[in-house]
Order: sequence, then structure tokens, then C-alpha cells
Amino acid sequence: MAEYEIPETHEFPVIPTVMEGVMSHSAPFLAKAQFQEPLGFPGDAGLVDGWKEMFIEELGNMLKKYRSLQVFMDICVKCGACTDKCHYFLGTGDANNMPVARQDLLRKVYRRYFTLPGKYFPKLVGAVDLTEEVVNEMYSYYHQCSECRRCSVFCPYGIDTAEVTMAARDILAKIGMGQKYSNEIIGKVFKIGNNLGLPEPALVDTMEGLEEEVEEDTGIKVRYPVDEKGADILLVTPSADFFAEPHVDGLIGYGKVFHAAGVSWTVSSKASEAANFGLFIGNYENMREISLRIREAAKELGVKRIIFGECGHAWRVAYNFLNTLAGPWDFLDPNYPVPQHILEFTSDCIDKGILKLDPSENDWMTLTFHDSCNIARASRIGDYPGSQFEIPRKVIKAVCNNFHDMADETIHDRTFCCGGGGGLLTDDLMELRLKGALPRMEALKNVIEDKGVTHMAAICAICKSQFTKVLPYYGMTMDQIVSVHQLVSNAIILDGQDDDEAENAETDEAA
Amino acid sequence: MPIDVNGKSLEVDEEGYLSNLNEWEPAVAEVMAKAEDLELTDDHWEIINFLREYYEEYQIAPAVRVLTKAVGKKLGKEKGNSKYLYELFPYGPGKQACKYAGLPKPTGCV
Repeated sequence: MAEYEIPETHEFPVIPTVMEGVMSHSAPFLAKAQFQEPLGFPGDAGLVDGWKEMFIEELGNMLKKYRSLQVFMDICVKCGACTDKCHYFLGTGDANNMPVARQDLLRKVYRRYFTLPGKYFPKLVGAVDLTEEVVNEMYSYYHQCSECRRCSVFCPYGIDTAEVTMAARDILAKIGMGQKYSNEIIGKVFKIGNNLGLPEPALVDTMEGLEEEVEEDTGIKVRYPVDEKGADILLVTPSADFFAEPHVDGLIGYGKVFHAAGVSWTVSSKASEAANFGLFIGNYENMREISLRIREAAKELGVKRIIFGECGHAWRVAYNFLNTLAGPWDFLDPNYPVPQHILEFTSDCIDKGILKLDPSENDWMTLTFHDSCNIARASRIGDYPGSQFEIPRKVIKAVCNNFHDMADETIHDRTFCCGGGGGLLTDDLMELRLKGALPRMEALKNVIEDKGVTHMAAICAICKSQFTKVLPYYGMTMDQIVSVHQLVSNAIILDGQDDDEAENAETDEAA
Repeated sequence: MPIDVNGKSLEVDEEGYLSNLNEWEPAVAEVMAKAEDLELTDDHWEIINFLREYYEEYQIAPAVRVLTKAVGKKLGKEKGNSKYLYELFPYGPGKQACKYAGLPKPTGCV
């Protein structure tokens, strides 16, 4: 493990002393031309000629297009309610990571060029000229916000910091300062179909491997189909589910649930990605183009339903915008919501008694649950207020006997970001990721000490990868993070899977 | 920021991944490992060679389960898990081993 200074965890959260500029060195790699071009952005890892006029023009366009942004620029009264709510502030103590201060980086430029007092008396209203220094500061600190919106929960005006960050990032990309990590990934979706760049033959090979694995473990042939025309359900899941641990154990779980429910399903090699990084970079056109791939795949395969796997921001985009981005979905079966979340599907199966479950299979663990920010605060799973908090817990409790929640102020709509969301899950931001994980790590440690929790379950590919990476730095182990459908997978008993086989599989694993 | 391998200067990206896959030679892995204080043993080379073979066929690094399964088949079941791979490549088999093998870095939520 590389050396980083890891903040101390406490029994109760401690608000750090405010420090100026301690994280001003943090900035992700800029996107070179090869990663800017496919997304329609100019430049080659730096400002383009005429950037200043372009910045102001683009900000002007956005203020007209997004009334919310105009309101957010004008309405903040500096009450301070948001200041200590951001995990990046709590982890770094950097003054600019107080959400109000981070928003003000854009707000002070807005005031200078779009308000009367700012035009004539800039100093009196905290307005500043747009300079290279100001732009660089924005690039740094708008990549120290994971667009998790925890601060917005506490803002009396409901200012959505994520939207300000998205607007700033979009403007920056359009003047040549795109972010390498997100832009390279979006380029791969356009070219290959997913964030990883996993081509169809590799996808098929990987899924066949899972079929073999599940058959070895259970004795049952469970299918993991790719591009199967006429299947009822198109599963759209983050490509990390094909690739990484513990994600893949969740994917194995989805397959077992579909098998037990007796429905036919498939993934698509064209839409082999749930994630939509167009959201992270705040760019509508890219977000739309990524979404349209799902529409094309659904039509080509002739499916009746679309179900999303465990991915936080994908579900935010899907739940809120899929219809406007890629609808209408009138060719799908109207008896089912479009789209549906895998947890809704599994939860329904549990309610109807379709799944045979043995929660004692998970008795060696004691679970807690990490609410993903984009599901907790930006969308819903289920159909009543708060069901996005209850359904995941209900499913976990149906398949696990031991469960304890973390502290109230760190769960549900007040959940903390894992520290790697919003397009920041990249090694060039490792210091930020480690520090930003502090509040969640603290809450987890406390529930481990007080309640004997051994594992934390998550429903987001980013959360899972981020925790795998940061847990060891906080004195825990990478395998303490699990997928919710991994727990389902452990507990489910498939028809024809007799207990002997289950026991054999268990002994094999132990050996 | 190129790296020096056998007197040749090879281009790498910001994160130290080889820019041109065709320029790879075993010495590249040795040089990269040395820079990270890691000594490459036959066990490391088993993995690096498998990654290169898989990449040649599929144009992507193998998924973790594909890799652990292949390792398990070849080197015995007790080694067919990611714990073994992390012991060999502490920065993660996906990233560190790919870098040594001259493959591009796996991107996305991994």
C-alpha cells in the first residue's frame, strides 16, 4: 500500500479545524485530445484559445437552460448549514470543501459577469475576474465533490451542490479541461459498449465461466446469457459486475434469482454497461447517447422488460431520466415499471414466496448496509416514500440472520458517500478518496466494535470498488465489503439443489 | 515521461502504463517492478504471461474470476483465488499485473 496520511477515526464524529488550501494540490489528470474528441470536447489536456469568452458564454447558456442553476447561484444566504456535512470536508478540513465554499468558486465568477453589482462593484459582493488561476482552482475542487448531495439534505433552500459541480465540470470540459478518467471511460462505452472496454467475445467467455462456476457449486445449470433474442428481461448492469470482486458475486446472485423465478433474461453486448458517466461530467448529450444504447439493445433483442443491476448513479439516471433520454418505452410490457431495479424484482419474489432461502448460510457474517448516495437521495427503489431504504434491508434480512444498522446520522438520506463516487474513483485521486472515506469508515468501525458487525453490504459498483481499496488503510480487510445479491446467492436454494450438494459445495469452499 | 528499458526509451502514460503495447518485452516488467520494490518470481511470471495470452485473444485483461480459475487449474486450487493474486501483486492484480504485462489499465468502476 502506498503511503498516505489517514485521518483518525473517533467514537463520535469530530469536525476538523478549517484549513486553507490543504487539498489545493489535488486534481485528476486532464483528458488529452484522444479522450476529449469522442465526447465532442475541444482541447488537449489544457485550456483552448478563447477559453475565457467560451466559459462565460457557456455559463450564460446554462443559466438559461437550467433554471435551477440560476436559482442556486442567487439564493444561497451563507447560513452555514452545509459546512460540516461533506465527507470531503470532514476528511480533509480544507475550507473550499465546505459545500458553500466550493459552490462559491463558480458563484463568484457568476456574480462578476451576470449580476449588476458584480459588474460595477465586484469587491463589495465577492465577485472575481475569470483567470487561469480561478479556473485551475475550480478544476481541483469540483473534482473534490462526489455529487452525493448530502449537503443538499441540510440546505434550507435545497441548493443542489451536485448540479453546481456538474455545471462547472461541463463548462471546464468545453474549454479543454476535461477529466481523463471519466472521459476515457465514456469513449469506451461509445466504442465497445462498456466502461471497461470488455468486447463481446470476452463478455461471453466470462459469462460461460460463471455458468461453470455455479454448476460446480450447486449442481444446477444456471444460465448467464449474452445477446439472447426473445428473452423477457434485459439486464443492464455495471461492467464491474463482470470483472471485479465482490461485484461478480452479486451478478451470480441475479442469475440465480432469475433462474429460481423461471424468467428468461439476457445481457446485451451493446448495452453491457449500466453506468452513465455522462451524469458525472454534467453533459446532457453524452448522457443521452449512452442511454440510447439501452434503447437500441432492448429493441434489437425484443425484450419485454428492463432491469438494472446494483449500480448507484446508473439507477439515478435510469429512474429519473430514462424516459426523457431514451423513451418512449411503449414497446415494453406495460405491466412492469420501466426500468425496474433488481432489488425490486428480488423483493417481489421474496414476498411471493418464490425463492427458497436458507439465511443460516450467511450465519458466519454479521451484516450492516451502506446506503448508496444516488439511490438514497436521488431516486427510489420501490413505490412508497423511503422504500429505497427499506427494500435493501428487507432483502438482506430475508437472507441473513445477523444485521445491524450503522449510526442514524450516517444512513438513509443522511448516508455518507463512500468517498469515490461522482467520477472520482481513480488512482490519481487516491489521497482524496482515502480521506473522504473517513465518515463512513468511522461509522463502520463503531458498529464493528459495538455490535460485532463483520461485513458491510452495498448496492453500487463504485462503493464496492472504493471500499475494497480503502478498508485496508483503516485497519480492516478488503473482503469485508459484499454485494447484496452475493448474500442472496449464498442463501438461495435452487430447485434440485439437494442439501448434500449444498454441503459438498460448502466443504469444497472450506478446503 | 518515458522509462528506460535496455537502453531504449519507452513512452508510458501518466500512470506508468506502456503507451505502445507492441514495445513490450520481459525487461519492461522487470524495470517497472524494480521501481515499485517488487522482485518478480516465477509465480509472478505465470500471471503476467497468462494476462498477455488472454489479452492477445480477447483485447482485454481477464475478469478476476477468469483469472483465478485459470490460475487454480494450472497451479492448484489453493492458489485459485484473489488472495493469492494480491499476495503477488499488492496493488491489485488487475492494475499492477496489467501494467507489468504491458496491458492498458482496466477502467471503470473497478
